[in-house]
Amino acid sequence: MWEVLKKPTSHIGAIGAFTLAAIQRLGQATLFLGQVLRHSGTSITRPALTVREVYFAGALSLIIIMVSGLFVGMVLGLQGYETLQTYGSEEKLGVLVALSLVRELGPVVSALLFASRAGSAITAEIGLMKATEQIVAMDMMAVNPIARVVAPRFWGGVISMPLLAALFSAMGIFGAYIVGVRLIGVDEGAFWSQMQAAVDFDHDIMNGVIKSMVFGVGISAVATFEGFDAPPTAEGVSRATTRTVVHSSLLVLALDLVLTGFMMRMWGN
Amino acid sequence: MNSRVVEFWVGMFVLVGFASLLFLALKVGNLGFGEDAGSYTVIAKFNNIGSLKVRAPVRAAGVTVGRVDSVDFDAAGYQARVSMTITGTYQFPTDTSASILTSGVLGENYVGLEAGADETFLKAGDQIQITQSAVVLEQLIGRFLYDKAQSNGGK
Repeated sequence: MWEVLKKPTSHIGAIGAFTLAAIQRLGQATLFLGQVLRHSGTSITRPALTVREVYFAGALSLIIIMVSGLFVGMVLGLQGYETLQTYGSEEKLGVLVALSLVRELGPVVSALLFASRAGSAITAEIGLMKATEQIVAMDMMAVNPIARVVAPRFWGGVISMPLLAALFSAMGIFGAYIVGVRLIGVDEGAFWSQMQAAVDFDHDIMNGVIKSMVFGVGISAVATFEGFDAPPTAEGVSRATTRTVVHSSLLVLALDLVLTGFMMRMWGN
Repeated sequence: MNSRVVEFWVGMFVLVGFASLLFLALKVGNLGFGEDAGSYTVIAKFNNIGSLKVRAPVRAAGVTVGRVDSVDFDAAGYQARVSMTITGTYQFPTDTSASILTSGVLGENYVGLEAGADETFLKAGDQIQITQSAVVLEQLIGRFLYDKAQSNGGK
């Protein structure tokens, strides 16, 4: 798609060509997502394909998500305590940690980790299958590569993402509990009860789950598209992998802002 | 990769994921509070609610007994109309009074209920008649300064 850039008619023309190419690519990605959704039947009728992708995208991400969640929660506990104690309200530590994890950090940080850990792997795998002409071979055998290769990976990512985000938040709260209550000595009863009074299931936890589902769709869509669209060369696959991480991370951050805005408007607070 | 191993780990992953969601719902969140069937809604009108928000607690003797459902402006009486859901296990007499209070100096506003002595209890949809508005700091300071000026002038 970037070949238009090689012979720009003028500097202004180059900007125009770049913009048109970007819009065209966005359109291709959207059409591709439509195709993936249309050919998703196979992912349900042959669940073994999807289960295998949930294993690669989700189960193998367990360790990094759990460890990161634990450490993010511990740091939040330390920093939160430091700030809150100047107001003499360190028992609000549970509220601070739980709300920031459940609403924002859980979905967003686990999505960023997921994009770099699983998204890049999906792109590299599909790109390499294309480079080694496995995709073309499937087409020759009248096996639809989108149904057989792409859709299971897409749904594997979509299924894994909310579970990973919930795990991240839970581990983070546990980490803050270890630091705040066990090490620093914030009152345990206040830590949990203030948290329970402030965190609402519908407004806070479900919002986090919805966010992580949207992020899952976004990351999986970018990763599969970049892989399927990669030039079938070593350089092409490596560039596509980089683009997946960069684009899906930016997409997650942008979507997060939009979703947060919508949710705050919807619940009126 | 053996498909048994894959299935085991995917099962493990899904279980751990749902377990953490359950942990968030039950231990971190307050799922199940408004769910109990016996809870009832009462309304109260205030001249001024301060910064009372939806989902603020309703407390009696310091114990949380319910939540504020909605806050809106009653154009007919130029008052704030607060509707609150109270847990079904708690019954309050009809002459209970409601006031807008603040927890701590910088804390949130909440509705405090002071039980009356009536024989009959509040039912769903009833209105609490005796209400006390929020204390607005500016008005309080204004009144203090006014009193001060008057006492000085009288000297």
